[in-house]
Amino acid sequence: MALDSKIPNGPIADKWTNYKDHINLVNPANKRNIDIIVVGTGLAGSSAAATLAELGYNVKTFCFQDSPRRAHSIAAQGGINAAKNYQGDGDSTFRLFYDTVKGGDYRSREANVHRLAEVSVNIIDQCVMQGVPLAREYGGLLDNRSFGGTLVARTFYAKGQTGQQLLLGAYSAMNRQIGRGKIKSYTRHEMQDLVVVDGKARGIIARDLVTGEIERHSAHAVVIASGGYGNVFFLSTYAMGSNATAAWKIHKKGAFFANPCYTQIHPTCIPVSGDHQSKLTLMSESLRNDGRIWVPAKLEDAKSIREGKLKPTQIAEADRDYYLERRYPAFGNLVPRDIASRAAKERCDAGFGVNKTGEAVYLDFAAAIERYGKEQAYVKGLDANDAALITKLGAALVANKYGNLFQMYEKIVDENPYTTPMMIYPAVHYTMGGTWVDYNLQTTIPGCFSIGESNFSDHGANRLGASALMQGLADGYFVLPYTIGDYLAPDIKTGKISTDLPEFIEAEKNVKARIDQFINNNGTHSVDYFHKKLGKIMWNKVGMARNAKGLNEAIVEIAALREEFYKDVKVPGDANSFNQELDKAGRVADFLELGELFAKDALHRNESCGGHFREEYQSEDGEAQRDDENFAYVAAWEYMGKPSEAVLHKEPLVYDNVKLVTRSYK
Amino acid sequence: MKLTLKIWRQKNAKAKGEIVEYPLDGIEEDMSFLEMLDVLNEGLINKGDLPVSFDHDCREGICGSCSLYINGEAHGPDRGVPTCQLHMRMFKDGDTIYIEPFRAKAFPVIKDLVVDRSAFDRIQHAGGFVSINTSGKPTDANAIPIPKHDADRAFDAATCIGCGACVASCKNSSAMLFVSAKVSQYALLPQGKVEAADRVLNMVAQMDAEGFGNCTNTGACEVECPKGISLENIARMNREYLSASLKG
Repeated sequence: MALDSKIPNGPIADKWTNYKDHINLVNPANKRNIDIIVVGTGLAGSSAAATLAELGYNVKTFCFQDSPRRAHSIAAQGGINAAKNYQGDGDSTFRLFYDTVKGGDYRSREANVHRLAEVSVNIIDQCVMQGVPLAREYGGLLDNRSFGGTLVARTFYAKGQTGQQLLLGAYSAMNRQIGRGKIKSYTRHEMQDLVVVDGKARGIIARDLVTGEIERHSAHAVVIASGGYGNVFFLSTYAMGSNATAAWKIHKKGAFFANPCYTQIHPTCIPVSGDHQSKLTLMSESLRNDGRIWVPAKLEDAKSIREGKLKPTQIAEADRDYYLERRYPAFGNLVPRDIASRAAKERCDAGFGVNKTGEAVYLDFAAAIERYGKEQAYVKGLDANDAALITKLGAALVANKYGNLFQMYEKIVDENPYTTPMMIYPAVHYTMGGTWVDYNLQTTIPGCFSIGESNFSDHGANRLGASALMQGLADGYFVLPYTIGDYLAPDIKTGKISTDLPEFIEAEKNVKARIDQFINNNGTHSVDYFHKKLGKIMWNKVGMARNAKGLNEAIVEIAALREEFYKDVKVPGDANSFNQELDKAGRVADFLELGELFAKDALHRNESCGGHFREEYQSEDGEAQRDDENFAYVAAWEYMGKPSEAVLHKEPLVYDNVKLVTRSYK
Repeated sequence: MKLTLKIWRQKNAKAKGEIVEYPLDGIEEDMSFLEMLDVLNEGLINKGDLPVSFDHDCREGICGSCSLYINGEAHGPDRGVPTCQLHMRMFKDGDTIYIEPFRAKAFPVIKDLVVDRSAFDRIQHAGGFVSINTSGKPTDANAIPIPKHDADRAFDAATCIGCGACVASCKNSSAMLFVSAKVSQYALLPQGKVEAADRVLNMVAQMDAEGFGNCTNTGACEVECPKGISLENIARMNREYLSASLKG
């Protein structure tokens, strides 16, 4: 099967407008006869559900949480990009487009990214009208900050809770439609399988997580908005319940899975403290606006710090290595995430790590506190030479900007980041790979769409900061509601889809059999036991730096672990009640398959690009070496019964508007 | 650390629950409270017992899933954090810790420590929104300047995570802090003013219908709120409600 990305013709700046002018529409009366299922209620899912309901479609939403508002988009901290150019610093749609393509290391689809940049401005307008309290300046206008990989300030924010505020905005839009009866919200429900009838997605099988009941839900189209698969690493900044089950089930039913090896390892997370660790906590990239990253320049100092004999504040300025500023003078601490993460790993591997485990670097606000303190002293007409006063004024300003993040750090680590530098280390944070979709956000299964993090489309091999919120809301509010209409236009006479069709019965039977298998397995180890083992394989061999030997081993080890899991997993309780271990078992079973495809994809991609770093392909100074001649394509995998037998399809990436060059932030 | 846990176990909504005692050893100070429960559950599963069910998801203090009532306090002894950010260094070796679900008539227990807080969603369905459709051409975001002071106060109210600690802490099981935070966010912003009167009337009516109690100004909710939502919001909601009622 040849992949057809369905990119419209014409100049890049006109594609989306022309496309919208010529697609098929569904008239308002007919929309009332069409049902749409949305799985997942994060930014993409809730904004799509609300907009589709406003248009008149009958929408059902599904989330495993007890409320749509708890989806993990809520945890996004730093901000959302938009090419508003409110700061007058030369930003434009083209620059946002260009920065995103370059940031993605030239592995994303030009037309999609341009569309994203175009609608980015609408998102801010829409959210402000909804009453989302974005940060403002004293003049009452919206404030911006800058994020990694850009030279302009285009990031809108709400302190360190931007994702929360944007999600609550989309949730409020959903609530309005729930109140009007246009959305039916199914909470504490998890999709277990996709139902395909005559080659089209026509519904899902879901489990009510409270009663255990297996339910059939039909629709004319199914939208997957279930987020990323980073929990395949066990430890990540994802929520505990974040899972790939919906995305993996559609993959097994025919949706190609693209670029699974493109994972984002975020540079500023709180380091692991011990074996009990259940998840990792991110410290927003916005901190890199003001924080400076360093390790001791001398090995003996690093050793003394690890042994508790020396404090970071005792290291003289000359004995500190601000390695990002040293290696990348143009972007400094604001290099993209993949580069900052690898640089931290490089220093720690070389023995300069600063915590007990040797896997941490410093993020220091002392310079920012002094700078802001002086500025405040001048503004207020106070003594700019009084060191204590300056520290106090500066700390107050830093608290105003990042207060909640500092508080979070202090609660977790039990150290005061205002007086001693924070310790940070990279952690799994986002997956750029995901379900393959065409320009319409449709998967290779007609009628099955994938939006937000669950698709692969916009970020290439590395996502820039503050672009995930942008993509989720762009897909949900401004892209899918148009493209899905084009698909549904011929469906207006179909009528209600019956849930008594043999395809529904068969899918339900399979779901029940799988659940019974877990419950009756009577193994000896908990689900977490296997999940942690999988996470270790992934982190050690498919993590920040990969090589062919490690990847080959990982593939064998994951397959063996999967076999052991099915033989030996122990799921207590029963299938007909609230059973969190059973929920986890289904998710981990899917991760055990996905992990293998992930490693297979990483092994086949004989180049380094973005978040995918192959040790064999690097320059002398340790920078990634891309191979555009052989790998400028999307790797879309087709399921063939087992992850090891997945078949590779290539979508060539054509760049007409951006010149492919070596990505440099020096 | 060695602990004695006394945990509320309840098979389902209809079953009668009881406190069950569990001794637990090998707990480290750096663990979060929920990681301590992970250790307990791993041990229970290995022994062939049923693990303790509890709600949790983001484990970074923002999703509002966790809902534990620890030693008589919603989210336990620390201030300004939900349970997932409570760490074991707040406890001492040898402590006995009581763990119960959030209790309120409007929050029925589903299982063990898991409660049904869908009443909060239904209150939001009644009016927790601004009636604006998605369109590609709304007003430019900077066309309506909003004084920073108002925007900041609206933001402070909007940071509510909807966990329900306010209800669990209130002797009347009142949801006034939660509802007033949403009412305030919109009342403070020009976008929300148009529908302000209907919003407060509808949300309060739904709050009453769900069986939440009334506010008698004790202030326990504010103390236990992990996000520091201020009692001022309740005063503001009362003003909004009164003026909306007078408008008829």
